[in-house]
Amino acid sequence: MNKFEYAPAPESAALVDIKSQYGLFINGKFIAPKAGKTFTTINPATEEVLAKIAYAELADVNLAVTAARNAFTKVWSKMPPAERGKYLFRIARILQERSREFAVLETLDNGKPIRETRDTDIPLAAAHFFYHAGWADKLSYAGHGANPKPYGVAAQIIPWNFPMLMLAWKIAPALATGNTVVLKPAETTPLTALLFAEVCQQAGLPAGVVNIITGDGATGSHLVSHPDVDKVAFTGSTGVGKAIAKAIAGTKKSATLELGGKGANIVFEDAAIDEAVEGIVSGIFFNQGHVCCAGSRLLIQENVQDEVLEKLKNRMNLIRIGNPMDKNTDLGAINSAAQLSRIKDLVDSGEIEGAMRWSPNCTLPSSGFWYAPTIFTGVSQSHRIAREEIFGPVLSVLTFRTPQEAIDKANNTPFGLSAGVWSDKGSRILWTAKRLRAGVIWANTFNKFDPASPFGGYKESGWGREGGRHGLSGYLKGQY
Amino acid sequence: MNSTLLADNSEASLKKFLKTLAPVDAVGASARVEMLATRSIKTSSKNWAIDLAIRMVDLTTLEGADTPGKVKALCAKGVYPDPTDLSIPSVGAICVYNDMVKIARDALDNGGGKHIPVAAVTTAFPSGRASMEVKIQDTKDAIANGASEIDMVIDRGAFLAGNLGLVFDEIRTIKEICGNDVRLKVILETGELVTLDNVRKACYLAMLAGGDFIKTSTGKISPAATAPVVYVMLEAVRDFYKMAGVRIGVKPAGGIRNTKDAMKQLVLVNEIAGPEWLDPSLFRIGASALLNDLLMQRMKMRDGYYASPNYVTLD
Amino acid sequence: MRIDVMKTYKLFINGSFPRSESGRVYEVKDSKGKFLANPCLGSRKDLRESVVAARTAHHGWASATAFNRGQILYRVAEIMQGRIDQFIAEIIAQEGASPTSAKTQVQSAIDTWVWYAGWCDKIDSISGSTNPVSGPYYNFSIPESLGVVAIFADAKPSLLNLVASLAPIIASGNTAILIANEKSPLCAITLAECISTSDVPAGVVNVLTGKFDQFVSWAGSHMDIDGIDATGVSKNDLTELKELGAENLKRIYSFNELQTTKRMTNFMEVKTVWHPIGI
Repeated sequence: MNKFEYAPAPESAALVDIKSQYGLFINGKFIAPKAGKTFTTINPATEEVLAKIAYAELADVNLAVTAARNAFTKVWSKMPPAERGKYLFRIARILQERSREFAVLETLDNGKPIRETRDTDIPLAAAHFFYHAGWADKLSYAGHGANPKPYGVAAQIIPWNFPMLMLAWKIAPALATGNTVVLKPAETTPLTALLFAEVCQQAGLPAGVVNIITGDGATGSHLVSHPDVDKVAFTGSTGVGKAIAKAIAGTKKSATLELGGKGANIVFEDAAIDEAVEGIVSGIFFNQGHVCCAGSRLLIQENVQDEVLEKLKNRMNLIRIGNPMDKNTDLGAINSAAQLSRIKDLVDSGEIEGAMRWSPNCTLPSSGFWYAPTIFTGVSQSHRIAREEIFGPVLSVLTFRTPQEAIDKANNTPFGLSAGVWSDKGSRILWTAKRLRAGVIWANTFNKFDPASPFGGYKESGWGREGGRHGLSGYLKGQY
Repeated sequence: MNSTLLADNSEASLKKFLKTLAPVDAVGASARVEMLATRSIKTSSKNWAIDLAIRMVDLTTLEGADTPGKVKALCAKGVYPDPTDLSIPSVGAICVYNDMVKIARDALDNGGGKHIPVAAVTTAFPSGRASMEVKIQDTKDAIANGASEIDMVIDRGAFLAGNLGLVFDEIRTIKEICGNDVRLKVILETGELVTLDNVRKACYLAMLAGGDFIKTSTGKISPAATAPVVYVMLEAVRDFYKMAGVRIGVKPAGGIRNTKDAMKQLVLVNEIAGPEWLDPSLFRIGASALLNDLLMQRMKMRDGYYASPNYVTLD
Repeated sequence: MRIDVMKTYKLFINGSFPRSESGRVYEVKDSKGKFLANPCLGSRKDLRESVVAARTAHHGWASATAFNRGQILYRVAEIMQGRIDQFIAEIIAQEGASPTSAKTQVQSAIDTWVWYAGWCDKIDSISGSTNPVSGPYYNFSIPESLGVVAIFADAKPSLLNLVASLAPIIASGNTAILIANEKSPLCAITLAECISTSDVPAGVVNVLTGKFDQFVSWAGSHMDIDGIDATGVSKNDLTELKELGAENLKRIYSFNELQTTKRMTNFMEVKTVWHPIGI
């Protein structure tokens, strides 16, 4: 029998013009870092160097914060809100126009499949600007008092898993509410943020309203500790989030933190099993599992465990892993060598602690950072793989007997970002959703995002919400 | 008949089995097929896939205005879709009304198409609104005139009224008439069943009653072969194979007009039911206009530039 | 001549009035230096017991209907109304307030209960939303209680501050550990007596007296406390609370206004639920 093979259908890398070297975007211009230090960013799918990136040190951070402060005092805070909004509309439109370029660049720098950057990351980023643009002159209707005020200068630090989308989640609400921004993209994925700086230029955004500085954790630390920063917004690991919370404890700085998770995805016996399997796959294998709200703990009602696992394994056999630029790729590269080794470490612990590991047969590319989609069955609550965030394509499967047991297991974690529930029974879904201690509950769906929908965690998954009317409060001082 | 799954052929046993089926979430199903619709097929696979799609076409004419001339022309086209290129395979079957079966059979036999089956729509196609006696006679006539495939419609009214036993018995009766030599395709008319839960139930009902194929639609009702419906049907045959060890075929009909649509169907078959179903014995596409678009795409792949409709025959 | 019966001021934990586990008390005097009472010098172990009680009570209190919570809060106001004279006397004694201002304060405190009682079944409507997402999904956001919240109450006006901190926190479905300011513990315990006779379930409100410096580090570092109303602490204590609280990302806030929805919403989490719309 002929086998139906999809021939490679790669997107063209020629869609983007990657410069050999990038400066810091401060006060509307790209400038060289004062000390002249640089680092490189690579394509994690091939380990090829993509560009040299400026390394911002304290002096550069100071310059960026000063630019943001000046822009806030002299321009941005004086601008009528409706005009402010128009800049955001412009940015949204330019992002839509240049969306394919952004998608390709994101895929090259991050390793995630082009299908995801093209269909999810970039369209959602543009939608975020469009949504928030409309808020700029309607803040008095947002439930934060008659005349809510911005904080001033916002220091924003974003992760590598959704570089452009996280940039939009940070910058769009900050600008809409009248703050100015110094944003630091992740060390391994700076390129789309730097391309976004060009979009700011094309949009004619006043100099200093958005500043983008590149560097590592030390750069971020200088930024958070800068005395002239009024507001800190961070998405990343819980460990760093706690360190930021400590660092600003004695200051007047306010913070929004979007941190880790260990989301439970609960499948009841009466679920639409085939769609639940799709939801499980999307929950853990979307973006290689580099998702803070991933459904990384699958809780299956014990009496349908065999059926669900059989279908899940069959479905996992169909996951296409490989060249992220291929439009048919489902699972791309792991973002960095460091992340790959963390995944391996946790998977090893799972095997040592006695859980059963399974992956479909798949050949991984010889260069770059790769990990096969993996599930662990026979997992106990006490196993590390059931408690720690793996942040990779690795699913831990547990079972439960009663709805209350599912809730108890789901909530038995210091995290509280997301959870899923699969059932055909409305009353059971609402009962479960009410008891889950998590900020986002996906019922009969998973990993859906929208600018109008607030996102954020309970417990140690963070402070505050991003998106929707609720997300504005993180950037407004006004009274409720 | 797959009596191993049912205690007996009573409506109670049937309903008891159908209750064990998991529900379908329509939004999740759509999301899955939308994702699969982004699959991109290129070059060598595409050549193979286009030829496969041609072999899967049930080239169809089901009009009140059908004449012997129209049917003969269709048969000629089905045997040699493009007489200037004999490497192009013949279609899967010619699908006509009962009274045109003999004309089609003769036209095929006399035109180099002995290998091509004639499929007849029966059981008071398209509405299914007739007495059982009429439906039986309809089917017997078709077979007597040379049909080796029967595309029967189910009684949707009975299905929606909950008379599942009646629908089940009708299919069993028609299958008995067909015997082992005539392939029975059961048209569910999913556009009238409306929900995917109903589609799933109807699929199992038809498979348990002995249908060799489950088919989406008559082509007379919109929507016809939507991607989510085909997805649910492909899941049904996949899972039924696990339960009963028998591979049932799937035939979407209606609305598949161009190569892109056909490729999307093949992607669904490959990823949902599995590669075993990528064969005309297990997957057919009921269509008429589709064939010419497949031919034009084939020309484009062969010549490297886009074809003109002037170079493919109307019928 | 008759000798007055003096009141023993005890702690309020899980619906009972125990003495401190420490066995210690401290002396409170009035503004003229006259002995008033020997309230308990609460310890970290009293805090620990209170947190256990508050955590245990949380699910039931948060799942009570909002209407029911509103009625119970209103009941506290009713009971306080009957104890006006006692509150006035305690405020005059521990704050050195004038009888008029003490009376005004008690009235304001009672009215603040009533204000928050009415919020119980409205805050979800004001603070929740349905969100128009792009796709076939119904999406709504609702606020839910945070969990266990500790309160460091401001010293003056003592009763009003206690109520302005406590009422919104339990109105929004949280359970509380109210740590009275060491300078004005008396009306905190009398408030606890009102609460204990108002159908507030055991453990929903726990009241401790003692020295803030005994509690700041233990409350800040306690991993099963979810939030802190730090309105009454010094700047240094606030920094310490926040530094220690970072370990489990406690929600820590201070407030100026007495009646504001922020005092509820800051101790609530927004939960967003998605569900497909289809047939």
